[in-house]
Amino acid sequence: MTTAEGTIQLAHGGGGRLSQQLIQELLLPAFGPADGVLHDAAVFASPGQQLAFTTDSYVVRPLFFPGGDIGRLAVIGSVNDLAMAGAQAIAMSLALIVEEGLPLTTLQRVVSSIRAAADQCGVKVITGDTKVVERGKGDGLFINTSAIGVVEHGQMIHPPSVHPGDVVLVSGDLGRHGVAILMAREELGFRCSLESDLAPLHSTVQELVGEGIALHCLRDLTRGGLASAIDEIARGARCAMELEETAIPLSEPVRSACDLLGLDPLAMANEGRMLVICPQADADRALAVLQRQHRDACRIGSVQAALAEASELDRRHPVSIRSSLGVLRPLDLQRGEQLPRIC
Amino acid sequence: MSKANTTASELLHQIQAECSRPWTLMEVCGGQTHALLRHGIDQLLPETITLIHGPGCPVCVTALDRIDQALALAQDPGVILCTYGDMLRVPSSGGRDLLSLRASGADVRIVYAPLDVLRLARQHPERKVVFFAVGFETTAPATALLAQQTLEAGLTNLLLLVAHVRVAPVLDQLLSDPACAVQGVLAAGHVCTVLGDAELKDLVQQHQRPVVITGFTAEELLQGILHCVRQLESGRHHLENAYASAVQSGGNPGAQRLLAQVFEPVDTSWRGLGLIRAGGYQLRPPFDRLAVQPGHGMSTNSDATASDACPSGLVLQGLLRPSQCPSFGTRCTPDAPMGAPMVSSEGACAAYYRYQR
Repeated sequence: MTTAEGTIQLAHGGGGRLSQQLIQELLLPAFGPADGVLHDAAVFASPGQQLAFTTDSYVVRPLFFPGGDIGRLAVIGSVNDLAMAGAQAIAMSLALIVEEGLPLTTLQRVVSSIRAAADQCGVKVITGDTKVVERGKGDGLFINTSAIGVVEHGQMIHPPSVHPGDVVLVSGDLGRHGVAILMAREELGFRCSLESDLAPLHSTVQELVGEGIALHCLRDLTRGGLASAIDEIARGARCAMELEETAIPLSEPVRSACDLLGLDPLAMANEGRMLVICPQADADRALAVLQRQHRDACRIGSVQAALAEASELDRRHPVSIRSSLGVLRPLDLQRGEQLPRIC
Repeated sequence: MSKANTTASELLHQIQAECSRPWTLMEVCGGQTHALLRHGIDQLLPETITLIHGPGCPVCVTALDRIDQALALAQDPGVILCTYGDMLRVPSSGGRDLLSLRASGADVRIVYAPLDVLRLARQHPERKVVFFAVGFETTAPATALLAQQTLEAGLTNLLLLVAHVRVAPVLDQLLSDPACAVQGVLAAGHVCTVLGDAELKDLVQQHQRPVVITGFTAEELLQGILHCVRQLESGRHHLENAYASAVQSGGNPGAQRLLAQVFEPVDTSWRGLGLIRAGGYQLRPPFDRLAVQPGHGMSTNSDATASDACPSGLVLQGLLRPSQCPSFGTRCTPDAPMGAPMVSSEGACAAYYRYQR
């Protein structure tokens, strides 16, 4: 990590290369997981059953956006993180960091939304905390949720389970949340009807498990988008992967907004989409489950050869993407914030 | 495979069939460079076609002293510095960039449309709001509109740090160089939507080389290349429009009027390329009262040219391939860029790094 200037930049939280560096070089040396596995939620044994635990903080401007709000996001985000380990959320904590001056009606709306989302996901908010910070020291409202879930199957759903020959499926079209948030911010000055894809994924995961599909890895595509998620999985699995650019589902509004602003739709955030990596033999059945939830779900790539040397990952990008003209290019991670281009 | 892609492969076949000799073409715009590499077109073209990447990356050519000045202004607590997102990561002569200044407390704002700056200036009458205006003739009309509205509104706290550049003069100068290997030019479609084709016609006359107005998708780029190769193979040279869906011969007269009212061409220093005759814009009276004066806000004399160790000028003239630069991928990467072409989303070095050429 380049620490010469010694300050955190926004991009350290952006889910791209700087985020990876912060985790690898500053956080893991202090808290590295005993089993060496990095995933959306940690699974651990407790007397009687397997549990999974996750935490996430939610910072979004505006607090209310097309298709959701920070409260709904805070519940669904953690429920989805647990679902990616194949766990069903049962209990959640809720910490509110509120900026002085926030209208009570706003907080009331957010709290109602949290309750509704928790009911929808079958999770109870059982403990919480509230802090108020001085005006100017917070962006209205920050939320942290932590959640515990139960794992009721014997699968190890995480990157080390991924094998060469597996297929990569995506559960719907990409980039809606990121683009909807950009549009909702006034500074862009244009409007479109696009809504965030914010949605819980736990019931889809339960269905996949129920169908007996061997789930090698699941990953919800939040900040950093598909590009970050697939790169992290490939590194965790130590396998090369190949994606088909023409297969990746993008809605027309997302495609045109990204074209116009010079942004990469594969790096845009999602809040209701996941990658499913499973053996070729299970792919059709898995896809059928996903397509019942979203018609754009499809196969976008496959897992290639294992990378024998860890050092290969330092030198090269583990994921390649085949262009519409058939040429392979490396899938690069965003280096910082996505910054709109000039012309 | 979709219809558009079938057409792209057909275009490739046509280029392969019609190209009988080596030709060197230059795509002017950095957006085109990225698209060519992204689609892998550079790898699919016949080996006899060499693509040279042109100077059309506004971030790359903005003079270092202007960037130093923007950083100096941003460090003044009384100043809100506004600019386009792409400028935030460009290193100054001291190595710092606007993004790191913002992280340490400077008020640096990304704007999407220059008129947003007007709103900021109204909201913050106690502070100076400076718009760091960069870009080719594509973005200059919006700056011109901002200048007009600022004077009309009588705002005294809004200033412009103008670094707008003009595309035709730099092409003229590059093509005039006897060492220039470029035989045909793929002109940047976006600029032509504003300016039309008049300046390019002059360029064709002057340099006796084909110029083809070209778009940005795989298909549009291949169309441009095909038209250019056809002209070269048959020994012709004229101006062709292979981007007719967006570009009309007359351009956008309203935008041209704005440019003429607010700006006048001025000899301008381009980063890496040196002085380009009439290569930029400056505010003409009465708008010049909005201009940040050269050196304003700078604490010391800038030694900008002396410390620019990056050979970006050679890259921007097509004399050095990014991957041939001794610093490429080692001392100079997007995480630690030495020069602007490694930073910008339109920079040729960033494209070569990203697509591993």
